[in-house]
Amino acid sequence: MNLTGHETYSRELTAWDRVLRARHPERPRTLDYARAIMDDFVELHGDRRFGDDPALIAGIAAFEGQTVAIVGHQKGRDTRENVRRNFGMPHPEGYRKAQRIFQHAAKFGFPLICFIDTPGANPNKDSEERGQANAIAENILIMADLPVPIIAVVIGEGGSGGALAIGVADRLLMLENSIYSVASPEAAASILWRDASKASEAARAMRITAPELHQMGIVDGIISEPDEGAHTDNIATLAHVRVALRAALNELRGLSTAALLQQRYAKYRAIGSYQEAAVHQLEPVAAHQNGHAANTNA
Amino acid sequence: MQDFFRLTRKTFSAEFRSDPQIPDNMWIKCPACSEIVYVRELEDNHKVCPKCGYHHRISSQEWLFLFDPASFEEHDSDLLPNDPLNFVSLDVSYGEKLKQTQEKLGMNEAVLSGVGTIEGLPLALAICDFGFMGASMGSVYGEKMARAAERAAEHGMPLLTINRSGGARMQEGLISLMQMAKISVALTRLAAVHQPHISLLIDPCYGGVTASYASVADVIIAEPGASIGFAGKRVIEQTIREKLPPEFQTAEFMLEHGMIDMVIPRGELRGTLSRMLRLYAPSRVA
Repeated sequence: MNLTGHETYSRELTAWDRVLRARHPERPRTLDYARAIMDDFVELHGDRRFGDDPALIAGIAAFEGQTVAIVGHQKGRDTRENVRRNFGMPHPEGYRKAQRIFQHAAKFGFPLICFIDTPGANPNKDSEERGQANAIAENILIMADLPVPIIAVVIGEGGSGGALAIGVADRLLMLENSIYSVASPEAAASILWRDASKASEAARAMRITAPELHQMGIVDGIISEPDEGAHTDNIATLAHVRVALRAALNELRGLSTAALLQQRYAKYRAIGSYQEAAVHQLEPVAAHQNGHAANTNA
Repeated sequence: MQDFFRLTRKTFSAEFRSDPQIPDNMWIKCPACSEIVYVRELEDNHKVCPKCGYHHRISSQEWLFLFDPASFEEHDSDLLPNDPLNFVSLDVSYGEKLKQTQEKLGMNEAVLSGVGTIEGLPLALAICDFGFMGASMGSVYGEKMARAAERAAEHGMPLLTINRSGGARMQEGLISLMQMAKISVALTRLAAVHQPHISLLIDPCYGGVTASYASVADVIIAEPGASIGFAGKRVIEQTIREKLPPEFQTAEFMLEHGMIDMVIPRGELRGTLSRMLRLYAPSRVA
């Protein structure tokens, strides 16, 4: 099936082609990964404060002989399921369920695996009243020094703070045609240029594709998809993710907790692109480049 | 419905600034109560309307009134933003926009940071300036906040952040989002030395800033009437297709819903901070 409608498949996909693939309803979802690549999966429910959010899945599972904790956004395959799952956009109780599982992982020493697939955190009145900002902020802070290995995989859409709320990780992996952005291309186009129809331009400008983010050093690895996209061969995609997770867990297994946290600190602390000049000046100066994680233009 | 990290003037309706060009002997009409106010009186009251208590927006430099005279020492003033994505804009380029803003405001970026004292008690501080691209959070914003937290941790002193922001800096893409994680990892250092982070939320405070460090401080204070939230009001109204009540996302609303500790008028902030600093540092009490 040709999603983009204007070209035959090749490795030269535009950013917008990848947006369409990342949002494709036939891509594997969090529950597919939990059920297919884990040897056993027990879903756990509820945040113990308000409710259970179907937009975010949590649980424990056996992976290659080891118990792991799992958290992930869950989109639906059809309209009915999407309404039930709120299109993978969690309310605060979803993020607080995730927080419960983070602490669970720390208590029992389970590595944490997060599957990112959301347009963003749910923006409505109820979410604001129940503290959406606080729920996301707490998760990010807790993940910053959670004393177990964390692996996050962007399996579809990585939408803004709603993605980062389960995305602070020792290894951040992206499926080849997934996207990860600070705002959806439509929102960014509307904010920057007051024209949501310029979404494809915004998608290109924000550099939201896996290869670009890998080149910038924010993403640690890319998991290849079948030639025509993950939606064309779920089984192959699941297998690729399984191999990547095994490799990432093996890399992190040997580290002491102190070394793990030190690496995580250094990794996030280094993300940014700026210059440090001795004197006030307005022109960029390449010689004083101090950013690490971005390809700079100076 | 997905634009959480928005940055538009329309979202923040109350853009009332007193004009610095107006001489001291002038009167102005308060935009909130429409009463005629003597400008000098307004200035002396830290730009809080003496008639109705409306809190006008003040610049990062003006916020230094909170600290002991001449105690403020600026750090990291030489950090300059880049255009890491070579951002392809449909209108003015990011690099050009930065340059124009820097020239207009005479500042390098949206955060003013350093150390100072309040009634002799030292603290590290970082103050956002909404005038600089809506205090959107780019690499320099994140780096200055992270360094402020590390500085506080290193010297064993509290951290005060004065936060207002439209959210992420779109033109820095995912690097901007990752500043939320960067500041959070730096805050773990402060927690490790048992020093408090006090977050002051001022109008307006949205997006990635409220969804990260500003909302997980040990103590959260807001100014009366400040708009505080995750998604902008317009985004929510578009999502739910109904008008939101005027008190929605105000400081008072946040207090009522348990999201912040207190709402303190600008004139009482110094006193409140001084009490807090003493309580968190009992060994320093004379």
